[in-house]
This record gives sequence, C-alpha cells and structure tokens, in this order.
Amino acid sequence: MTVTDDAQPSAATEYRLDQLQWLESESVHIIREVVAEFERPVLLFSGGKDSVVMLHLATKAFWPAPVPFPVLHVDTGHNFPEVLAYRDATVERLGLRLEVASVQDYIDDGRLRERADGTRNPLQTQPLLDAIVEHRFDAVFGGGRRDEEKARAKERVFSLRDEFGQWDPRNQRPELWNLYNGRHRPGEHVRVFPLSNWTELDVWQYIGREGIELPSLYYAHKREVFERDGMLLSVGEFATPRAGETVSTRQVRYRTVGDMSCTGAVESDAADVTDVIAEVAATRVTERGATRADDRISEAAMEDRKKEGYF
Amino acid sequence: MPTLLRLATAGSVDDGKSTLVGRLLYDSKSVLADQFDAVERVSRDRGLESADLALLTDGLRSEREQGITIDVAYRYFATAERSFILADCPGHVQYTRNTVTGASTADVVVLLVDVRKGVQEQTRRHLAVASLLRVPHVLVVVNKVDLVDYDEATYDQVAAQVQQTASSLGLSDVTTVPVSALVGDNVVEPSGRMPWYTGPTVLGLLERIEAVGAPHSEPLRFPVQLVIRPQSAADERFRDYRGYAGQIASGLVRVGDEVTVLPSGRTSTVAGIDTADGELTEAFAPQSVTLRLDDDVDISRGDLIVTSRSVPAVTQDVEGTVAWLAEHRLVPRTKVLLKHGTRTVQAMVQAIGGRLDLDEARLRAADSLELNDIGHVTLRLASGIAAEEYLHSRAGGSFLLVDAQEGTTLAAGMVGDALLATAAP
Ligand SMILES: Nc1nc2c(ncn2[C@@H]2O[C@H](COP(=O)(O)OP(=O)(O)O)[C@@H](O)[C@H]2O)c(=O)[nH]1
Repeated sequence: MTVTDDAQPSAATEYRLDQLQWLESESVHIIREVVAEFERPVLLFSGGKDSVVMLHLATKAFWPAPVPFPVLHVDTGHNFPEVLAYRDATVERLGLRLEVASVQDYIDDGRLRERADGTRNPLQTQPLLDAIVEHRFDAVFGGGRRDEEKARAKERVFSLRDEFGQWDPRNQRPELWNLYNGRHRPGEHVRVFPLSNWTELDVWQYIGREGIELPSLYYAHKREVFERDGMLLSVGEFATPRAGETVSTRQVRYRTVGDMSCTGAVESDAADVTDVIAEVAATRVTERGATRADDRISEAAMEDRKKEGYF
Repeated sequence: MPTLLRLATAGSVDDGKSTLVGRLLYDSKSVLADQFDAVERVSRDRGLESADLALLTDGLRSEREQGITIDVAYRYFATAERSFILADCPGHVQYTRNTVTGASTADVVVLLVDVRKGVQEQTRRHLAVASLLRVPHVLVVVNKVDLVDYDEATYDQVAAQVQQTASSLGLSDVTTVPVSALVGDNVVEPSGRMPWYTGPTVLGLLERIEAVGAPHSEPLRFPVQLVIRPQSAADERFRDYRGYAGQIASGLVRVGDEVTVLPSGRTSTVAGIDTADGELTEAFAPQSVTLRLDDDVDISRGDLIVTSRSVPAVTQDVEGTVAWLAEHRLVPRTKVLLKHGTRTVQAMVQAIGGRLDLDEARLRAADSLELNDIGHVTLRLASGIAAEEYLHSRAGGSFLLVDAQEGTTLAAGMVGDALLATAAP
C-alpha cells in the first residue's frame, strides 16, 4: 500500500491474530451466538481445566455484563475435595447460579447401580439428561475438544441431540463457514463445544497467557498413590489399594480431573503453568490415554458413551 | 506464537489421502505414543508388516468396520511456524456435502491425485468445488510417484494436466508437488529420490502459504450478535452502558470511523471498541469485540454495521448458487429460512435456474435440485439483507438455507452467479 492518509492504517502494522487470539475470538463468537439464539443455555462446569477456560471465555464474551446463564455440575460423588472447593469459590466470585446433578442421589435411591469396576464416569449420562429435561435447558455448553479422541474429531460445534439425548454421528448437520444452525424441535437440545478447535497445548498456553487460576492438583504436589493398570491412583475414600498394590508418596500432578477412583496422576515436577506447558509440549501420550481408565476399555468407548448422551 | 492455517483435504478413494494425512501427523510428531501403539496393534492384527498410517485417521466404529471414512473429521498438528486445523473430507459418500463443508472455512485445499491416473472426473469436481467456494489456495499432491519409479516426465505430464484443468475452472493459485505418501517423499522431508524436483515439500508449502487476505484491504463488515446492556451490573460505571457485540467479518474499524447500520441505513460514529481486556483504538477481522456508537441508534441482533465509505445494497431479491444438502429435492416455491451473518429471514425459492454439471463445469437446465446437486436459484426474502457477491466477500456472500419446521440445514448458499465465474474460460 503506497497511499497513507488518516483513514488508512499504516502498512507497517501487521493485522494478524496469533493462534490463541484467533481461537479466543472464535470461541467468544460461538458463545455469543448461543446466548442470542437460545432461551435457556447452561454451561457444564466441573472445575476441570477445559470447563474453567470455557467459563473464562464466557466472562469475556459478555463483559461488562455478567455471564447470562447458570452452570451445571454433574457430580460423581467421587470428587477431589480441592476441585469442589475451587468450583464453589469460582461460582461465588462470578455470582453464578450453580445446579448440581448428583450421581450419588441416583445410586442412593436405586435409579443407578454402582458398576463392578467402581467407575462412575459412565454413570453421569442419566443425571445429566434428567437435569437438561428438568430445567428445560435447550443449549448445553461442553468443554470437549476434537483433538481429545477419535469420535470427538467428528463432532460439530453445534451438535444436535434428540429427545433421548442421543448423538447420531451418521446424521449430523453440515457446518458451513461460521454460520451455526441452532434450530431444534421441542424436546431436542443442542450441545455446543466452543473449544472444538483447541488442543491440550492451546488450553495450557491460554491458561498461562490469561493467568487463569486452576485447582491446585493440576500442579506438582506430593501425594500418596498406588499403581493400578499402569495408572497412579490417589489413596483415599474412593480408591483403596488391593492386596499387592503398594502405596508410596510421589511427586505427581493431574492432567484431567474427574472421578477419583479412575483418574490417574502422572509423575511430574511441573509446579507452575510454565512447567506444565513445557511438559505438555514434550509429552508423548494423550491425556485420556494417560489418565482415564474408562477410555481405555475399548477403541470405541467414547463413541458409545457419546451416542447415549454423554458430554 | 504461531499463526493458524485451515486446510481441507480432498481426493478420490485410494489416492492415498489417509496415508498422506497420517504421514503429516506422524512426521510432524503430532501423533502420540498411545495413538501410534493402537495403530501398530491393529496393523499387526490385519497382517500388515508395518504400521498403516492411514489408520490414524479412522474415527467412528462403522468407519473402521467398513474401512471407509464417512464424515468430515478435524485434526490438529503444529510446527514451530504454524498450527494447522485440517478438515479431513472423505471423497465418496456424501462427497459434495463434505467437500463443500471443508472448503467453506479453508485457506488451502489439499487435493490428491494418483500419478498413474492423472486428472480424473473426481479431480475436476474437487477443483470446481474449490473454485466455487473461493478457497484462496489449492495444493495438488501428485501421489504414488514411487510406483512410476520417480519419473520426472510422468509427473510433469500430470502437473500440466492439473494446471490446465485448474485454469479452465478459474483457479489461479494452484501448486503441484510430487509425493510418495507411503514412503514419505516430499511430505515433511525432502526426497533424495527425485533430484529433478527442487521445490518445497508439502509441509514446507503449508508453512509458507499466506493466510487469507489482509483485513485492511477489505471494507468493514460487523454483524451484530447481541446488544450488551449490563443494567444490573454492580459497577456504577456501566449502568448506562450499551454495546454491540460481534465478530468482525471483514475489514478494520477505528474509533471515530463513520459507520452505517443496515438495513435501517442510519449513520453514526464509532465511540469505542471494547474488550474484556480493555479499550482498543482499532480492531480487525476476525476479532470479537464490542462496539459503542455516538448516537443512541436502535440496533439489534441481525443488524450489520458497515463503514460508511462502502455501503452494500440491501435487497429482498437474491440470486445465488446453492449446494443442496438435504435428502428431499428442492423444487420452486419452497419456503425456507435464510441465515446470512447474524440475520435469519424467511425466504421463498422462486425459481431454479439450472444445475451445475461439475464434470463439464457448465450449467444445465433443471427444474429441481437433488441431494448433493449444485445449482442456481432465485430467492425472494421477507425482509432485506445486505447481500454481497460471494466472489468478492466470503463473509458477506455466504448463507444457509434452513428448514423452518425440522431445523435441518438444507443448503450452503453463495450470493451471485458463482457458476459463471467458475466456468468462465
Ligand atoms: N505405493 C504407494 N502406495 C500408496 C501411496 N499412498 C498410499 N498408498 C496406498 O494406497 C492405498 C490407499 O491409500 P489410502 O491412504 O487408504 O487412500 P484414501 O482412500 O485416499 O484415504 C493403500 O493401500 C496405501 O498404502 C504411495 O505414495 N505409494
């Protein structure tokens, strides 16, 4: 550009967003579309890093107004206490309404039965779907990312669920340009994934750049653990060592936080976000492969759960 | 911090698309150990000697069972220079639907051609779709050169054929690379087996290609998503706040700019550009921001804020090209919803002007459109939109047709006669 007048920007400026700015802008656009087009959105908030980043993006999307929807936690009853404390503090700080759907309640009154392997992650589907119906939520924000897993790689940003909450991977709406189609019939709802295009590394780099606080167990700490199926499980109420499993105190951190009985820690010295970014960048195993027993059961474990209505 | 580039793959079955994508992921070290172990295990179970990289991209169970890919899958890989979002589009089932979807957001289409077969009907169609969707760059991977003994003359012939076809479809920026996806020649690492080829590798090209146009060369278009009015905000300062939230679709906005609000045509001046991180003096596409205007104009979702230096016409009559994606056929007098930017209006398909023959890249007479057809339609809208030629603006010229009852997405639409532009010699 040779001519420069007041109305023209200087040619020297580079009008280009870096990767994180681009992703942030896309996610903010998605979150705003939902609020503009749906009547009763809700955001799934577990205190896990993806849901924390998603909520952070929501606060930015509506600033200076408050986040205009409640958050929902599907509580397995097997939570890390640090994560629950973090959840409550965050909800309080942002002035949000928190709904809790409790797996424990379902087990107590017999609507669900404990699985033989003790894992409660798959049991979350029913309470989640019931809460959606009860509160008549029509859009449900989830923190799923397409890089997490094969079935998720095919997920839309706006993903329609039928009246039974089911996902039909063979019958998804095409998603064109940035024109999202959120229309649905009564009884149906839409799962929305604002972090679809983020990778695990993006999430961590963004947490670093934005200075987002996380539950402490994402960072290295000393913990009593024992090894089971190649995973380090935390000794506690929900996971007790069996005969032959020895307990030791190790320096660990968590890459995902979920059901304590099946979420493994990894040995790590990464004490802050900079260390974690370096660790994730160099890592050779996916976060689900490393730390989620329930995803290792079969090649299609996630696909099957998603079809039934899981996150 | 690297920038992002969006890719879409295309190719006929067995040209080696999955192998190429697997190679890109593997050689760029984006495949983690547990994913690779799974691939090795399955490869062994199937009696293969080495890991079949194509398995890395098999997603759903039914796809693995049938050995085909059904739906667009998104993959992520990165180098020090760039991060890539790759829309992996299967070539056979629902081919138009998938390639149109992938191409709609792509900066680059990566198209595979088998060097032994040269340009096929499918190749031509994929190039036509890339042209129709105005994808800025096309990279044609001439694959399986190991099977012709890395012969220069054979490659040259195919490359020339590709260029000729591309230019007949109105594509100017098309690059070809000789590749063996299976062996890895020229995918990430340069090949020692083709001394006659001195150009960059596939990944080298992808790292170098310019992402889409510089924002300041286009006029400002800002579709309003919603109005932000924090009346109940605890903070006194924001009691009277009124801002218009949106993502800049094209161009650049600065505080003090004269703007026009469409469809009303009211004018105002930009008083502020807000983000949660603070005020900006200027912002550009594709930033998400909140604009404040000087006057208390009545603005709501679906309005379009544009620079007063270039104001598009608002019209209720739209001529467009659509890719029909629904099972049932489209006939004239069908009522639909049309979504353009953040505006959704009722529309009536008045007439069907013809169906595009992708093989010949010309329009044929037709009075209906079937699933996966691309055709020309005339639409009458219940209220006006600022429709711009897709040829000049991907953001201002794209729309969806949606079924009002079912809610399904019926068609991908592009304003203007994209067909003629494509078929022009
Ligand atoms: N010799 C040779 N075979 C290849 C090459 N690329 C792919 N193939 C083989 O071609 C077949 C089809 O490849 P695939 O990647 O599944 O094709 P897709 O259907 O396009 O995804 C497989 O048997 C591959 O091993 C190549 O560069 N050279």
